[in-house]
Amino acid sequence: MADATFQVFRGDAKRGDLVTYKVPITEGMVVLDGIHYIQGHLDGTLACRWNCKAAKCGSCSAEVNGRPRLMCKTRVDEFGDLPITVRPIKVFPVIKDLVTDVSWNYKVNREIPPFTPSPDDPGPWKMYPEDVERLFEFRKCIECFLCQDVCHVLREHEGQSRYMGPRFMVRIAALEMHPKDTRSRTDLLKGAGGIGFCNVTKCCEEVCPEHIHITDNAIIPLKERMADDFFDPWRALLRLFGSKKEPRGT
Amino acid sequence: MADWYDTVEHDVLVIGAGGAGLRAAIAAAESGCSVGLVCKSLLGKAHTVMAEGGIAAALGNVDPKDDWRVHFADTMRGGQMISDYRMVEFFAKEAPERVYELERWGGLFDRTPDGKILQRPFGAHTYRRLCHVGDRTGLEMIRTLQDKAVHSAVQVHMEITLTRLLKDAERIAGAFGYRREDGRYVLFRAKAVILATGGWGKVYKVTSNSWECTGDGCAMAYEAGAELMDMEMVQFHPTGMVWPPGVRGILVTEAVRGEGGILRNANGERFMERYDQKKMELSSRDVVARSIYKEVQAGRGSPHGGAFLDISQRGAEFIKKKLPSMYEQFLKLADIDITKSPMEVAPTIHYVMGGVRVEAGAGASTVPGLYAAGEVAAGLHGANRLGGNSLSDLLVFGKRTGEHAAAYAKGLVATPRVDDRQAGEERALLQRPFEGGGKENPFAIHEALQEVMGTYAGIARTGDQLARGLEKILELQKRSGDLHAPGSMLFNPGWHACRDVRFMLTLCEAIFRSAFERKESRGAHWRLDFPDPDSTWAARNLIVRRSDGGMQVSVRPVPQVPAELAQLVQPRA
Ligand SMILES: Cc1cc2nc3c(=O)[nH]c(=O)nc-3n(C[C@H](O)[C@H](O)[C@H](O)COP(=O)(O)OP(=O)(O)OC[C@H]3O[C@@H](n4cnc5c(N)ncnc54)[C@H](O)[C@@H]3O)c2cc1C
Ligand code: SF4
Ligand code: SF4
Ligand code: FES
Repeated sequence: MADATFQVFRGDAKRGDLVTYKVPITEGMVVLDGIHYIQGHLDGTLACRWNCKAAKCGSCSAEVNGRPRLMCKTRVDEFGDLPITVRPIKVFPVIKDLVTDVSWNYKVNREIPPFTPSPDDPGPWKMYPEDVERLFEFRKCIECFLCQDVCHVLREHEGQSRYMGPRFMVRIAALEMHPKDTRSRTDLLKGAGGIGFCNVTKCCEEVCPEHIHITDNAIIPLKERMADDFFDPWRALLRLFGSKKEPRGT
Repeated sequence: MADWYDTVEHDVLVIGAGGAGLRAAIAAAESGCSVGLVCKSLLGKAHTVMAEGGIAAALGNVDPKDDWRVHFADTMRGGQMISDYRMVEFFAKEAPERVYELERWGGLFDRTPDGKILQRPFGAHTYRRLCHVGDRTGLEMIRTLQDKAVHSAVQVHMEITLTRLLKDAERIAGAFGYRREDGRYVLFRAKAVILATGGWGKVYKVTSNSWECTGDGCAMAYEAGAELMDMEMVQFHPTGMVWPPGVRGILVTEAVRGEGGILRNANGERFMERYDQKKMELSSRDVVARSIYKEVQAGRGSPHGGAFLDISQRGAEFIKKKLPSMYEQFLKLADIDITKSPMEVAPTIHYVMGGVRVEAGAGASTVPGLYAAGEVAAGLHGANRLGGNSLSDLLVFGKRTGEHAAAYAKGLVATPRVDDRQAGEERALLQRPFEGGGKENPFAIHEALQEVMGTYAGIARTGDQLARGLEKILELQKRSGDLHAPGSMLFNPGWHACRDVRFMLTLCEAIFRSAFERKESRGAHWRLDFPDPDSTWAARNLIVRRSDGGMQVSVRPVPQVPAELAQLVQPRA
């Protein structure tokens, strides 16, 4: 059986290096299988996160040959005879090996005002397919944070104190465009959310394993909504008296 | 208190942040208790995130004739009359409200043209009953609950593994474990503990389960003196991926059959005609899994030992809309375009019906202060769980258990005492793989136990086989005393695997002992030496309990269904 060469980052936030392992190739094997092989047969101390092995949980994010990917969705045969380099995602501090400290994301999530329906409207609700289907795209997010990893704003010095990042623009878009939500989050976008820092380079969109059109369908419409609320008093007034949430641009 | 561990205090401690744990934590917090929620992974990654097909609840949105009575009857029949009817009744009645509640918390489902929640057909459900969103219902559910929980008074402790329940005399006093990140020990003091730790599909090799499904909660409950029930009932989902080897076991959702997928053997025959002419592919899981198995045994299997499942006739557009993850999964992992070619599938371990025995409405175990909800609890699904019934189980009993545990916690006058010695003992056990001269690799033991389970406690069982399998598990238990882990306590998977393996070996023993005892075939439990159901066994649950350090199996009568409910379950003409 042929072997694949894995070069895996081993170490912590302070120091670390690539370590080379030979892993037997099996048909249809993915990078995560290689990591598991190393754990089971070569070195049980190799740390990584995973849960589903089916691209559903977003735990196994890493940089494979320099590209942010899900390890469970990246086939080994894609690389031919090349060595496969696996490093932790860069934007968050390394805890150990492939495991990074993503707790910042959980803090950010708590700052976003939750879904807030009208208390006078307990349901069961009527919502038509066309009301909800455009939101499904955002709800597909598996929180792999690969988009956060490539966003140059977050990679910048102090970027994380200015901008919540693409994942949370997707989250806010899902709330803002929900037909039953009654709360406006445009002040958040302008303030702590920092949507103004995004200059729509679309790097985030390129790496999203769920193929979410993060910029076109979430960020740009949110930017427009914010501009309306802050700079177009007529639109803002209309929104105040009419239905606040009429989504546009999607 | 000793300084070698951190101490955290809550009224109610919930172990597990899947659907059941999240729903329980929300309920306990709403009752006014301080609540801690602990999980082994990051929040939102629990096994529940993988659920695909839907949540079963008799809303009657597409089939107006559906109501709780029909759901009750379907579930009782599915469970082959060893379910606790009282649980099934709560479940069928309350599931619709739990789904609407999820929607009020921001969850979004596929809709009917007139604006209601859409429902799809699933195996052995009389009507179209599964509320769903494409094939990622679990993600929608967990995200909705997660967002609800983080904006309530629930305190979340991520990436902590708890390994022992602490007791004050007979009652629960908390739990003890370690932080995965740095190995630091943590002791939780609590008045009530809710186990929501999910199942133990990882004791088998071909499994749809995530790494977390090692049955820690069930094993901890057993070690703390709680009763387990129906441990022989392990569900084989008929359709897991079989090829390539790296993906073996990954689930092919039942929604594929729900949306019209057809099963064929190597000769192209639609073989379900042989086994269940009426329901065909939508027969219950035990029946379909056995049918595939029989086809393979008869030499009519697919090239990699399974069957073909074909949905291509529904057309590319329909498939990509209704089954987007399945489409991606096969394209990416198996190089197969399911809009054009059939999938190759075979039975895979998927779910455990057995678990901690709990009181019907309250989720209380036999240990005061210890509760269980979700897959770790037994009683609702009996001998076979119907698809979609797990997600509604998590919601209905998550809520009930959370409320009851909170009420119990509030009723306690004094906080239970925690005895440092129990924590000390557990630490000694956890440290052992680093010390001493152990030689056993935990990953190798895990593989070995999976091998034993697959060979001796698989889809078809005999008494001889089960007896031999049990012997092998007992040998592995001995070997597991010699586990070894190199490295430090910092995020060390090899070390973590040591405790997991010991938990799993306990549950393997329980599965073998119970399966040996149940001398009949019923639901998921198929004995070749007793091929038929035996009506006397229909009145019996099997209980596993620790006594004098050994494992004991005993029989307990199934709660008798009152006449007015029994009549709902009568076979239809
Ligand atoms: C691929 C797939 C598809 C499915 N589809 C459906 C479906 O369509 N409909 C349906 O009804 N059911 C479905 N199921 C079944 C259903 O998803 C599970 O039965 C259900 O999610 C179990 O939920 P739970 O809350 O009991 O536990 P889990 O979701 O398994 O959560 C367990 C939690 O306990 C924690 N935990 C475990 N041990 C410890 C410990 N020692 N210390 C601390 N924390 C611990 C874990 O970290 C995790 O947070 C599916 C299952 C799979 C695998
Ligand atoms: S488009 Fe915006 S969010 Fe996306 S990577 Fe660029 S700056 Fe970041
Ligand atoms: S938006 Fe896409 S890339 Fe970003 S976290 Fe969600 S799934 Fe991952
Ligand atoms: S393991 Fe879940 S996304 Fe890779």
